[in-house]
Amino acid sequence: MINSSQDNAPLLEVDRLSVDYGLKGVSSRAIDRVSFALRAGEAVGLVGESGSGKTTTAMAIAGLLSPNARVSGGEVRYRGKRLPIDDDAAMRPHRWSETSVVFQGAMNALNPVHRIIKQIAEPCVLKLGMSRVEATARARELLELVGIPADRGAAYPHELSGGMRQRVMIAMALACRPSIVIGDEPTTALDVITQAQILKLLGDLRSQLNLALILITHDLSVVAEACDRVMIMYSGRLVEDGTVAEIFGKPKHPYTRLLIDSIPNPANGKKVIRHIPGDPPSLVNRPSGCAFHPRCPSAMGVCQTEVPSLTGVGRGRVACHLHRFLQEDKVAAHA
Amino acid sequence: MPDNANFLRLEGLQVHFPIQGGLFDRVLGRPPRAVRAVDGIDLNIRRGEIVALVGESGSGKTTVGRAITKLAQPTSGRLLFEDEDMSSVRGSSALRPYRHRVQMIFQDAYQALNPRHTVFEIVAEPLRSLQLVEGGKQLADRVSEALAAAGLNPPGDFFSRFPHELSGGQRQRVVIAGALAVKPKLIVADEPVSMLDVSIRAQILQVLVDLRAKHNMALLFITHDLPLAWLIADRIAVLYLGKLVEIGSADEITFNPHHPYTVALRNATPQIRSDASRVGLPALQGEVPSAARVPKGCRFHPRCPVAFHRCKEEEPPAIEVAANHTAACWLAT
Repeated sequence: MINSSQDNAPLLEVDRLSVDYGLKGVSSRAIDRVSFALRAGEAVGLVGESGSGKTTTAMAIAGLLSPNARVSGGEVRYRGKRLPIDDDAAMRPHRWSETSVVFQGAMNALNPVHRIIKQIAEPCVLKLGMSRVEATARARELLELVGIPADRGAAYPHELSGGMRQRVMIAMALACRPSIVIGDEPTTALDVITQAQILKLLGDLRSQLNLALILITHDLSVVAEACDRVMIMYSGRLVEDGTVAEIFGKPKHPYTRLLIDSIPNPANGKKVIRHIPGDPPSLVNRPSGCAFHPRCPSAMGVCQTEVPSLTGVGRGRVACHLHRFLQEDKVAAHA
Repeated sequence: MPDNANFLRLEGLQVHFPIQGGLFDRVLGRPPRAVRAVDGIDLNIRRGEIVALVGESGSGKTTVGRAITKLAQPTSGRLLFEDEDMSSVRGSSALRPYRHRVQMIFQDAYQALNPRHTVFEIVAEPLRSLQLVEGGKQLADRVSEALAAAGLNPPGDFFSRFPHELSGGQRQRVVIAGALAVKPKLIVADEPVSMLDVSIRAQILQVLVDLRAKHNMALLFITHDLPLAWLIADRIAVLYLGKLVEIGSADEITFNPHHPYTVALRNATPQIRSDASRVGLPALQGEVPSAARVPKGCRFHPRCPVAFHRCKEEEPPAIEVAANHTAACWLAT
């Protein structure tokens, strides 16, 4: 594309980002020193259970944190420039034209009393300064792009099915030609067949428009289908980051491995129900050391006291004491 | 009751919901229309069997569950439980013995639990209303037993807690405990794990599988998730727009599906390993049509990639494609 010479430079850098939520005067950390980089055209899955901080991470990047949230450390850079993610007004020129979001509940995100064509045209008027006529033409183009006949633009949201509404959300997200689209559980409320259609659409648009995609989901199998890379979050921290092949073929973090094992997979042929004991921790009650240690079958003494850092292993990264020791053993063996 | 086949039987079960026509329709004498949510299904569940009912939203799977638990009245067809025709039994006192044997677990534990009641009151409620216990000691014992069976240990710790004090997984366990307390012979579980985190899902599935092992309880597991159905069920029944399109053992349906809809469902299901085999059919277009406008002939034909002329005219019957495996498709003949 235009910046092909800079393809290796990251489009987006998240650098030791921490976000706290204030609740009744008590502040609790939702995400803790999250760092990663995203390249143009790359599709990354951000996976975690409820309360893992995946949505907070994504909303922070888009500058859409709720009023009781506070960026307590770190920063986000877009093409090397720091984004004012905690300043609503300063963030306005960046939103939708650099990073846009496809939200989960399309019915709640769309205005029920306006025709969809008008809702898609609106950002083109407001952000791109188009005239009504131009914006409507652009909106018709966008509808066709997401697989909706342009004439359906006259419909109101309630006249469309769930899958169609999600397509409208995607069209709106693309209106200002962003280079990053964040999908916040974009297929969770949809049936499997519709989900497959939407995932295919996102994949097609990604290659057509060289979009970078951050897919937030609790469903590892969706990531396996739609992404190049996976980042696993647990209790506000990134615990593993790797390519889809690495994560699913050779998961390194015990949490990742157990998560993969707890998904029924007929291809394995074995009907074994595997579960992770205990419940995911709440934000106000994060366990000391590695937050996963109370549920981890391989936990050691150090796991209770020391937070493992996210360190490079092979082409990925993992935050687990077990792997630090394995690495040190290897180094010692070589010496 | 030795005969396994006559545990629970649905014979041509139909649940139609009438659509209130406008004055205009009545003046013109148009026939009243209906949403054909469940449109004639035959299904039997054996004692101690786990059957998964798989379908997309709008397929009628929840309505089947509600008809079995007598929360929806069939408009035609029969519901037989241990040879007794329950189709026309109505009223809470007449249904009391049936409710004692057949219980339902709902999807959304947040909504299924009364926020002002303690866990004890919630689990004790069905025991009281079905008049199954005498005296407080017996009641406390039964509640303890149910909570323990649902994996809430030690049960006493949960008695005085309120739903908001519990995690999502614990809430779903309380819902299960409420259904278990009356020691039913059949539980209808409507998407019992779809709202839960992946790591918690397996715990709940284990509780359900253990109940079958210990008490020979049968389970109708309603889900949209084919791999999940494969994991938990002995047999899978696939529902499309109010009709069963395929029934067979969990392995048969998963690895040897015959109906193009089942194949499409399987292909659309995202998988951890992308090298898994896929039968060469194109992905489905469009969405499930409204149950108020069921297509003529095979109801799947407008979306079917392999439909031919006969599919547009005649509705296919259930055709045996292998032992204990039927598919309602003209291609299966």
